[in-house]
Amino acid sequence: MKKVFIYRSFERFWHWAQAVLIFFLMLSGFEIHGTVSFFGFENAVKYHNVAAWAFMILIVFAVFWHFTTGEWKQYVPSFQNLKAQLDFYLFGIFRNAPHPTKKTVLSKLNPLQRLTYLGLKVLVIPIMVISGILYMLYRYPQKDGIIALNVDGLELIAILHTIGALMLVAFVVVHVYLMTTGHTALSNLQAMLTGYEELEDDETVAKKTNTVTSI
Amino acid sequence: MKKIILTLTFLGLVVISFVIVIRSSTYNPPQVEDLREKYTKKRISSVDHSRFAVLDRNFQSPQQVTATCISCHTERHKEVINSSHWNWERPEYIDGKGIVYLGKKNAVNNFCIGTQTNEQACAKCHIGFGMSEQGFSFTDSTNIDCMVCHDNSGSYVKANNKAGYPDPALNLNTIAQHIGRPTRDNCGVCHFYGGGGNNVKHGDLDMEMFQPDRDLDVHMATNGADLVCVDCHETEKHQIKGKVYSLASMNVNRSTCEQCHTERPHADEITNEHTIKVACQTCHIPVYAKANSTKLYWDWSTAGKLQNGKPYTEEDSLGNHTYMSIKGSFQWGNNLEPDYIWFDGTADHYLLGDKIQDTTKALVLNQLNGSYDKRNAQIIPVKIHKAKQIYDPVNMHLIQPNLYAAQAGEGAFWKDFDWSRASEIGMKKIGLPYSGQYAFIETQMFWPINHQVSPKEESLKCVDCHVRENGRLAGLTDFYMPGRDFNPWVEKIGAAVILFSLLGILVHGSVRIAMSFKNKKRDQ
Repeated sequence: MKKVFIYRSFERFWHWAQAVLIFFLMLSGFEIHGTVSFFGFENAVKYHNVAAWAFMILIVFAVFWHFTTGEWKQYVPSFQNLKAQLDFYLFGIFRNAPHPTKKTVLSKLNPLQRLTYLGLKVLVIPIMVISGILYMLYRYPQKDGIIALNVDGLELIAILHTIGALMLVAFVVVHVYLMTTGHTALSNLQAMLTGYEELEDDETVAKKTNTVTSI
Repeated sequence: MKKIILTLTFLGLVVISFVIVIRSSTYNPPQVEDLREKYTKKRISSVDHSRFAVLDRNFQSPQQVTATCISCHTERHKEVINSSHWNWERPEYIDGKGIVYLGKKNAVNNFCIGTQTNEQACAKCHIGFGMSEQGFSFTDSTNIDCMVCHDNSGSYVKANNKAGYPDPALNLNTIAQHIGRPTRDNCGVCHFYGGGGNNVKHGDLDMEMFQPDRDLDVHMATNGADLVCVDCHETEKHQIKGKVYSLASMNVNRSTCEQCHTERPHADEITNEHTIKVACQTCHIPVYAKANSTKLYWDWSTAGKLQNGKPYTEEDSLGNHTYMSIKGSFQWGNNLEPDYIWFDGTADHYLLGDKIQDTTKALVLNQLNGSYDKRNAQIIPVKIHKAKQIYDPVNMHLIQPNLYAAQAGEGAFWKDFDWSRASEIGMKKIGLPYSGQYAFIETQMFWPINHQVSPKEESLKCVDCHVRENGRLAGLTDFYMPGRDFNPWVEKIGAAVILFSLLGILVHGSVRIAMSFKNKKRDQ
């Protein structure tokens, strides 16, 4: 077993701030949607809007960080190990097989994560931000509003926002579960908290590989 | 260390942005204090009518009073003659009909139906003297009843069934010496009793407003701002701001809350934004008919039943008439939640002689126009008054029956209880054919609720409308409302995906746990 530095401090801050905001936006958002009842409708709207601004500010910083540090390259899809990674989650993990992708600070995402997070970054989050901004700035037809866009109702905006929200819920569910699939059940969590992750060292990997192949 | 400083800087920026967002939404609403100050000021009359020699005399007729008024106010009668209160009509442009002089001559309501042939009685609420079945000169200024609106002595009263003439026992000298700005008594004596009794017609105008408390009406409360009708219904040259859409069609000359409160009266911007599509009244008049019941249904078809050959009345426990031989059966309600409709300020009307197209559904007598996508449309609260009223099933139009006559035998329904005869007289007078057959048809009227604004604590809350089911606006479905609306497919597929994910991790997790035990065992 070895300890490797994976997540830098901003990245950790960004992750947890995002986690808190998304959870908060989810709760207040689904109250506005009429699904749950917690803050009271009026407060839910107020809090949701404030949290939305905070989230967008965070996104601005995160985008800046991704480009200045070159971290964006982590999200370029890679199909090399894709099948192996799928095989691991579907079969290998049950046989205690080694992780097929080696995690380093330079390449911390496996091919499946790359695809998923890229999808989040270029699809789901933009959908949420754009529909959210339109939702916020929406003025009724032909009144001081987004006349040029000819937005004549909230329906499309709101439904897009709902679709994005539902996708995020599904993501969070799976994301939280997959957290437990690291070297140990908590090593991923620990990494995101401290920056250092316990990874299988080469010896263990070799041992595991032998065991698996010998079956 | 460097990292800590950077993190702190970042956190600081986030906090500052928060504060900016919150601060920028604090808007300074128009100061209620300023309005209070404006309406607290004492009104000082520029003249004392009791000191004018011309008014200190024994008037022999009300016309003499009017002539005396005009002798000083030499041009005012021209303004009155140009008013809807005098003419009982307004010029309106109605889409599809063009210019219509809309008024009691050609419009029909579903209370006492219409004034024609019944003027002797109806003119008790006309600002003139002598309007009767025989006609009326709308140009004769001496017949203007100045006193009914300007008497400040509180003693002026018009007589029943005397074509608008006052009670002959009045001391016109005293009244003429106590002339001034109209009080709520002057307006209320007609407008609180529209439709033949207290609060019958409007539902938001009743005799309780002579002396309301704050719970009933925040503006007119005698223990509150103590406003009178003409404070809001501002009047310039006898042209009074505001009108009711039983007899109005155009989106002009309306008396609005925004006159004083502006379009952005709330501290909260999201609430202010609502005013684009939601009228103030919608939230701020959560219930109507608060003090007295209002009429909701009037069935003329049961009228005419007699007991021992005599007309009779029946009452409910609150003293509201439930049956009158002369008028039929009624249903009442109090503390009612209004209905809500889109309204763009324009209306269409059933006019005497218009063909009835469809007898299977209720005939709307004043269609208020509007929908979500109309530019000026707002959601407003209304009282819907339904009725069953008489029509001619051959000629397919509503009938204007003759209801009032001084005595029996002249064919008036209220004396002789003969629909056919009353219809014949009424229709002959207005110049429309009557086939000799009559039947009853369901009709509907919309009465916007504008008065008796509740204290702000009572106003509607977000969830009164933004709620999945049974919200106040459940009936308005031509737009998407957060909290109420959703796309059923999106919900179903979304729920399925989330459920599938949960099931997936449950199965995956269980297999992992089971296998890890197995693997451990094997390793041992």
